[in-house]
Amino acid sequence: MGTMAIYLDHAATTPLRPEVLEGYTEALRVVGNPSSIHAHGQTAKRMLEEARERVAAALGCDPVEVIFTSGGTEAINTAIKGMFWARVAAGAPPRVLLPGGEHHATLDTVAWLAAHEGAEVLELPVDGRAALPPDVLDGALAGGAALVTALWASNEVGTVQPVAELAAVAARHGIPMHADAVAALGQVPVDFRSSGLAALSVSAHKIGGPVGIGALVLGRRAIAEPLVHGGGQQRGIRSGTQDVAGAVAFGIAATLAAEELAATGAELAELRDRLIAGVLGSVPGAVLRGAEPGPNRLPGNAHFTFAGCDGDSLLFLLDMEGFSVSTGPACTAGVSELSHVLLAMGVPVEEARGALRFTLGAGSTAADVDALLQVLPGVVTRARRAGHSDRVPQLH
Amino acid sequence: MAAARAVEAGHDVVGVHLALSRMPGTLRTGSRGCCTIEDSMDARRAADVLGIPFYVWDFSERFKLDVVDDFVAEYAAGRTPNPCMRCNERIKFAALLEKALDLGFDAVCTGHYASIVLDADGNRELHRASDEAKDQSYVLGVLTTEQLAHAMFPLGATPSKAVVRAEAAERGLAVAAKPDSHDICFISDGDTRGWLAERVELAPGDILDADGTTLGRHEGAQAYTVGQRRGLRIGTPAPDGRPRFVLEVRPVTNQIVVGPKEALAVAEIAGRRLSWAGCLPLDPAAPFSCSVQIRAHSDPEPATALLRDGELVVTPDAPLTGVAPGQTAVIYLGTRVLGQCTIDRTVSAAPARV
Repeated sequence: MGTMAIYLDHAATTPLRPEVLEGYTEALRVVGNPSSIHAHGQTAKRMLEEARERVAAALGCDPVEVIFTSGGTEAINTAIKGMFWARVAAGAPPRVLLPGGEHHATLDTVAWLAAHEGAEVLELPVDGRAALPPDVLDGALAGGAALVTALWASNEVGTVQPVAELAAVAARHGIPMHADAVAALGQVPVDFRSSGLAALSVSAHKIGGPVGIGALVLGRRAIAEPLVHGGGQQRGIRSGTQDVAGAVAFGIAATLAAEELAATGAELAELRDRLIAGVLGSVPGAVLRGAEPGPNRLPGNAHFTFAGCDGDSLLFLLDMEGFSVSTGPACTAGVSELSHVLLAMGVPVEEARGALRFTLGAGSTAADVDALLQVLPGVVTRARRAGHSDRVPQLH
Repeated sequence: MAAARAVEAGHDVVGVHLALSRMPGTLRTGSRGCCTIEDSMDARRAADVLGIPFYVWDFSERFKLDVVDDFVAEYAAGRTPNPCMRCNERIKFAALLEKALDLGFDAVCTGHYASIVLDADGNRELHRASDEAKDQSYVLGVLTTEQLAHAMFPLGATPSKAVVRAEAAERGLAVAAKPDSHDICFISDGDTRGWLAERVELAPGDILDADGTTLGRHEGAQAYTVGQRRGLRIGTPAPDGRPRFVLEVRPVTNQIVVGPKEALAVAEIAGRRLSWAGCLPLDPAAPFSCSVQIRAHSDPEPATALLRDGELVVTPDAPLTGVAPGQTAVIYLGTRVLGQCTIDRTVSAAPARV
């Protein structure tokens, strides 16, 4: 428990890198609004734009295409709502296409568009690994749409979408596509230019940067209405005084993540495979969910269902044993909800109840994995005894 | 505060907040009607202050089946259920307790004002809290010996709720300033009739007096409870000009029967859905003196009880008023909770009643 606990929830957030902390705190000491004309303002502006260039280089886009936001959720909201409004104003049908099993930042945004802006939301069926087959998208696009949006990689089950193929299909129909690459960044190559996407959302704290800064990459030919109005900063898409220190920190983290991608990806994949083999070999009833280990799966993600268990029992028991893991997406009220991702993949409810996600990252070691494998079989046995929370109680 | 006392007593304590309600069809947890996110947050902050881990466990499915659906079914059958009793019986000291035991815990500890006392042989007895004004032993009356064996009520020995609140404030627990919880947690706006109208098919029907004369119309028999006075809207006043009360709800014929307050008087209550809280110090097949309580905040009334053909029959020394089938009759021996039954039938004290 406490500081000695082993952290296996890097997909929720991952430690701030020391290099980032250093650059961040140094930048925080600098006074100056990048919109000011004087010397202080110019220094701040230079730091901001250098950071924007770093992020652009890491993401394979032009600096002018990088719009800093408060994080992934704001970037996703800006992309989806902004592109929807602009496209519909330009005559596109008010329709949004997305695969099943998206993140809540997308789901709740399109639900809002449906409720308040007359959007027609078309959720496309994903396969058993949570991937959207390009021909399914192709078939659904015949009627046109304002935009297509999809996860680049699933934050929950780690499946990497065939983003470039999907974007090519959308482009063939003349429809822009946005990808939520928050979970993908730092784990698999994310290159905006070659992806064919119109827009892309990322967040710094998933790659060793601080919480509170993210970016929307909005292609120079993409059109979007702003959510936030004001001083007209960042192409008028995102007004508001820009967070220089946050951008600097994100720039450092993005550069390091891009430089180390190949090496860390291979290391994480090796650890992950050790974890997967260990779990499947020692825990009866464990099923790996999402794509097979390989290029279509995030190297740090291992996601299982344990039949007959409730995820919250597993999480509780592992927490007591000193392991921080997740049942799926983080949730404000602390309730583990049944994973809509697993349900979209066709996993039966009874099995989806016992979901557990282990995500590896900076600092994860083989010793961590082995320690987990020591306690997991016992934990699953005990959680199985407690069963599902809807079982009929005998004590009454 | 209960958790604080348990921690001080040296127990290994984990805070658990029960998520009991989810709006159907929504994935988000932000729309719960009861047990608000604020309540959950306050509980979490209290756990932080105590330095104990905290989790939210979701029993919303069980709660819907065992408490909410039961509540609706009881009203549909013309009875007056007590959902808090059902929650203690089926959720807190059944679903939660079983899960906890299976996960390695020994007991469920709550902030109810009641005391567990050991008899000479070490058997557990449930007693009223020392501060009788805030005593909550009534809603725990449904607990069985087995459930009591794994229950802890550390606040029961406190002289008063005010002392507990002062102590909580001293410890920096924010809950100290919150109003007490009350009413039915899953009906967030407190409009029980409106809530029921969405779930029970209500149709207008006749309001009768005790001799069968139609006095007026009602909006649905199941929306009324025995003893209810308000909301009858009968145009013609009673001959003696005194208020009328609901005497009986007849869901099958969709009628309600009204009459004067005296006609509510009940000479006997009985029920087959019963339980005993611990070892019985007497043979219940022979009539024994006790006191009976039929609502959380009513006074105990002296009575004689016995178990006859699987039915607990309670005869109060003086007739009771406002007793409705579906309510729980908890019987006490002095301060000790002996057991309870859900009231299936009542015998009127007024001989002329139809």
